[in-house]
Amino acid sequence: MGMTFAEKVLAVKSGNKEVVPGQIVTVKPDHLLTHDNTSAIIGKISDELDKYGVVRDDLSIIVLDHVIPAASEKNAAGHKKIRSFVKEHHLKNFFDVGEGICHQIVYEKGFAKPGSIVLGSDSHTCSYGAVGAFASGIDRTEAASIMLTGETWLKVPPTIKITLKGSLKYPASAKDLILTIIGTISADGAGYKAVEFHGDVSSLSMDERFTIANMGVEMGAKVTVFPVDETAKEFFSSNNISFSQNDAVWADPDAEYERELTFNLDEIKPVVAAPHTVDNLKSIKDVEGTPIDQCFIGTCTNGRLSDIKIAASILKGKKISPDTRLLILPASRKILREAMAKGYIDTLIEAGALLLPPGCGPCLGAHQGALAPGEKCLSTANRNFKGRMGCKEAEIFLASPATVAVSAIYGKITDPGKEAE
Amino acid sequence: MRVWKYGDDINTDMLFPGKYTYTCSTVEEIKPHLLEDLDTEFASNVQKGDFIFAGKNFGCGSSREQPALGLKAVGIRAVVAESFSRIFFRASINQGLLLIESPEAVRSYSAGDEVDVDPVEGKIYVGDKTFSFPKLPPEMLEIIEAGGLLAYTKKKLETRKN
Repeated sequence: MGMTFAEKVLAVKSGNKEVVPGQIVTVKPDHLLTHDNTSAIIGKISDELDKYGVVRDDLSIIVLDHVIPAASEKNAAGHKKIRSFVKEHHLKNFFDVGEGICHQIVYEKGFAKPGSIVLGSDSHTCSYGAVGAFASGIDRTEAASIMLTGETWLKVPPTIKITLKGSLKYPASAKDLILTIIGTISADGAGYKAVEFHGDVSSLSMDERFTIANMGVEMGAKVTVFPVDETAKEFFSSNNISFSQNDAVWADPDAEYERELTFNLDEIKPVVAAPHTVDNLKSIKDVEGTPIDQCFIGTCTNGRLSDIKIAASILKGKKISPDTRLLILPASRKILREAMAKGYIDTLIEAGALLLPPGCGPCLGAHQGALAPGEKCLSTANRNFKGRMGCKEAEIFLASPATVAVSAIYGKITDPGKEAE
Repeated sequence: MRVWKYGDDINTDMLFPGKYTYTCSTVEEIKPHLLEDLDTEFASNVQKGDFIFAGKNFGCGSSREQPALGLKAVGIRAVVAESFSRIFFRASINQGLLLIESPEAVRSYSAGDEVDVDPVEGKIYVGDKTFSFPKLPPEMLEIIEAGGLLAYTKKKLETRKN
């Protein structure tokens, strides 16, 4: 019997010849991601850290990104505590404020490698399935335990196979595809499961794969993974990321799946996830004309260069509506610099956008970009939960960068096809 | 004993708003904001021994552990739901908070029913009905029996050292 991606990785990493769904295995993750929550994590184990130290100085990847620059004395004290911890334990992989959103950093700096296990105290850790890693979110307490022991248990998940056919036709995007998938199988449709993408994957860029994998958790998935093809290899070589082809595991042709679905990319249309759940899928037509107080382009879901490029191409020579505001948040310093060099940032600012530092704050209502009661936000982020952007009486609609950029011109939800025509 | 009844897809932002995640980490800081955007009655009225009953996908969303930490601290006896999201499930085991997946128990509950649970036998009593739920695998029970993951890990490190 063949094995799925998840079964193969967990078998190799647990020293078993084969594993089956439901089996619990002990693994040593290759990397552990933590961010601003590192201060709370190390606070739980301060005595043990003094006594035993960290298990590996290159296990942790620590990125300050959630409330940056610090919004308060309390945040600043948390950041300071983390910097001291990093120095004291000589940790190798620390990225201070301004470097970028943790998931973009793990991906861009090559920490997530094909066939590796990356666990992180952030639910969007699943993003690294874009490069063929087994990546999944955990809680702070578990992160603390892994810092000390280097190991944890994982249950082998059953797998859903999603076959993609054809190619996306602008203005439809990867965001529209993943929102359509989540709307189809529901917010818990992949609960506890691995999701593998098969078929015409090669038509998707790495940026597009990241957007899709990033949102796996919004359908409950444990991991969301793509095969390592020529596009992925090109990404590794152009970013000087070394990896071993032998580690790039993929499912056997006769692997057993719990469910199989097919999506025709040619038929994907621009969509919106309406408040207050990510699976509340609407066609643009259903929500067209909804007035929008704040447009938000960026985040770990859609803050890459190609996303900013689309926004800039739509807004070039135009002004956003006086009835709305537009926030731009590149996912990393590298992306920000590239977007500046290409003139995208200038174009967006000229159109009336406000540039935010590469971080997570607005997305979870922790810092900047908060909403007022009764306001509506059209966002490229990954969650539209009630209260998510700081106010439970506000509404968040999720869409692609193209949809948000076009909507910013009109101050209301607008079909991006309107500009494409 | 009171049962707090909620619907499907109760996410972590409803259980503990994101705006507090980097300012509230201790139990005392967490308690006043528990379920703030879902039920303003909860934080001030919840008592030790109360239950939460909910629909499918309870705890979906963020990896923040304040919901599990907070619900354990205020003395929630068990969260009974049709299903749980995986990160919340792990977080709850790690805090020693009892989760019971029983769609039957949830659907059978009506206001005023007395509820009790026998975690050792894997039984939940709702009104005059009894429902069984599967026991946790030994790996997870060990963590709960140790008093949560940190206590378990500390014990393990101590043993390794000796």
